[in-house]
Amino acid sequence: MSATHFQLDPQGRLLHFLTIEGLTRRHLTDILDTAESLHGVAERRVKKLPTLHGKTVVNLFFEASTRTRTTFELAAKRLSADVLTLNIATSSAVKGETLLDTLRNIEAMQCDMFVVRHEQSGAAEFIARHVKPHIAVLNAGDGRHAHPTQAMLDVFTIRRHKPDFSRLQVAIVGDILHSRVARSLIHALNILGAGEIRVVGPRTLLPAQVETLGARVFYDPAQGLRDVDVVVMLRLQKERMEGALLPSEQEFFQRYGLTEERLALAKPDVLVMHPGPINRGVEIDSRVADGPRSVILEQVTNGIAVRMAIMSITLGNHARPAGETP
Amino acid sequence: MHILIEGGRVIDPAHQFDAITDLFVAVGRIAGLGYPPAGFKAERVIDARGRIVCPGLIDLCARLREPGQEHKATIATEARAAAAGGITTLVCPPDTDPVIDEPAVVELIRRRAKAAGHARVLTLGALTHRLRGERLAEMAALKDAGCVGVGDGGHPIANTRVLRRALEYAATFDLTVFLTPLDPELGSGLAHEGQVATRMGLSGIPAAAETGIIARDLELVRDLGVRVHFGRLSSARSVELVARAQAEGLPVTADVAVHHLHLSENDLAGFDSRCHVRPPLRGPRDRDALRAGLASDVLGMLCSDHRPHEPDAKQAPFGDTEPGISGLDTLLALSLRLVRDGVLPLPALIERLTWGPAHILGLDRGHLGIGAPADVCVFDPDADWLVTADTLRSRGQNSPFIGWHLQGRVTHTLLEGRVVYEV
Repeated sequence: MSATHFQLDPQGRLLHFLTIEGLTRRHLTDILDTAESLHGVAERRVKKLPTLHGKTVVNLFFEASTRTRTTFELAAKRLSADVLTLNIATSSAVKGETLLDTLRNIEAMQCDMFVVRHEQSGAAEFIARHVKPHIAVLNAGDGRHAHPTQAMLDVFTIRRHKPDFSRLQVAIVGDILHSRVARSLIHALNILGAGEIRVVGPRTLLPAQVETLGARVFYDPAQGLRDVDVVVMLRLQKERMEGALLPSEQEFFQRYGLTEERLALAKPDVLVMHPGPINRGVEIDSRVADGPRSVILEQVTNGIAVRMAIMSITLGNHARPAGETP
Repeated sequence: MHILIEGGRVIDPAHQFDAITDLFVAVGRIAGLGYPPAGFKAERVIDARGRIVCPGLIDLCARLREPGQEHKATIATEARAAAAGGITTLVCPPDTDPVIDEPAVVELIRRRAKAAGHARVLTLGALTHRLRGERLAEMAALKDAGCVGVGDGGHPIANTRVLRRALEYAATFDLTVFLTPLDPELGSGLAHEGQVATRMGLSGIPAAAETGIIARDLELVRDLGVRVHFGRLSSARSVELVARAQAEGLPVTADVAVHHLHLSENDLAGFDSRCHVRPPLRGPRDRDALRAGLASDVLGMLCSDHRPHEPDAKQAPFGDTEPGISGLDTLLALSLRLVRDGVLPLPALIERLTWGPAHILGLDRGHLGIGAPADVCVFDPDADWLVTADTLRSRGQNSPFIGWHLQGRVTHTLLEGRVVYEV
């Protein structure tokens, strides 16, 4: 059974949120609409809803993260859940405890939801397959495979500015090969019927047969960015130089970095996005990152509402006995 | 002990023999076919009517995990599983711990196998000291100690100068060299480079990681005329390269693992770590080309590439698991499935499992000629069985074939005239 179906109950409702692949437009619009209704909570004086009161959410981070971890924490707290964050990269995993041992121990603490980040592709699904059935698992990034909540907050941000996806042209630029964000975003945009999805980068940073995911391939940003409505820049890790994937950060910036000149190729009302954390002067010029077309900080804010939506939907489906319709 | 194996369809590919008849075994050897030798008095009769009688299977690559990884399996547990699978000879690659690069390790394995008694265990010696690809191993001493060949033990030699010298040195002592072609750098990923790996976010192993090394090695064979055997090919282009070299008359042979003939990259769905193998499962077209290569005899041998694991080794996210499938229990039945799929006729299939490997190992086994050691497998080709963890006798339960319905079950296995397994 694939992850695609594994995360759904027999009625097709989300029990876990592991990958965008295989979900329907209805799944995504439900999340986006719920997130929209939750978006106002942050502006209130009391920023809390009782939805997950009495529930315990555990953030299991086997890989370092600041932004994703904190927005998940805030999302859970705003839904009145109790939140525990474990940075396992620095604790038990190094003592030789297996992942399953770690899980069993945390499970014994009577939790309702695991938010998982792990360096291995498929880790979130592995965990979902091994936890007790009442626990919902949210994927906060597994290897190069998927980062579905990031993709949802990206499409949420786009939709708030450009609600008609049918003619939308989106360019995703940079290190597609190692990017779980790119994979999940390509799936989400395709499911929502985006007009054209482009991936732009040198061949060393494009996975084999990437076009089979449903994206057009461009090596040249002058073509790839032309007339696009959205540019998503991906973070470039410094390790890529050691793996002989790129000669230098400078050359990458010169050829692919998002500068004002390059951005001028896109539509005048283009949105500039980045999953963060950004490397100024490597994949993006500061003037663009901080410029009028940038919605990078909006993405961060939106991430909270989107994660609140996904948490309440998945835990809601767990609470409801099978067969009962909402 | 005199044993009569009565009324079975006796298939002996080495002698192109295929008929329903009786097989007579006396004092550990094949004593007669069709009619008994003088003075034969059956002390035991095995009813083989409706069954196939063939030479005991010879598995060219089976890791028994001893010495060094006894938490995964032992020679005793795996030899027992082999006997139940109709396998009478197991060839153990040199990547044990310690490595088979000195006679003492060969001796240790021989003693353990003898004590276990269920199957013959042969060893390949290491080409280089500790399999590090730097200094030559003492191949002459390894041969004297009983190694049937030398190999890279799954650690291909990156340094071409060292490889060339190792090949020359091995050829000096008439040793066949067993190579596993996979570029250590280009082949360091987790799955076949292509659509599936891209979608799943698994690092890719391009076919060129295999073909590049085969092409290099073939050039050395062309220069030196040494005998080389390529183990576990996985890609269509590899089959082409080997076919071309054989057509030129180069002394090269190759085998394929049976799981590569039944699975493809598509079986990784759901990050199924039981399908994590090296070399990786490639596309359906590669699988079909490997099947065609087996049929055309470019791939002259079929093996299990048996790698038993303890459960923990597979209970982790895909990239954190150890590669390999536990294959002894399913080798015969999965091979028979190829006959049902129309890949090749039964006698040709049996040849790939018996005389084919015996021939490149230089063994007087894998056939049923009068006077040959009586290694015999009797199986019911139509017996249905469902593969479950309980049906696997190997200590390694890591099989992606659990849940498959297979046909063909061994009823008797004879090792040098001794019944080492019966239902």
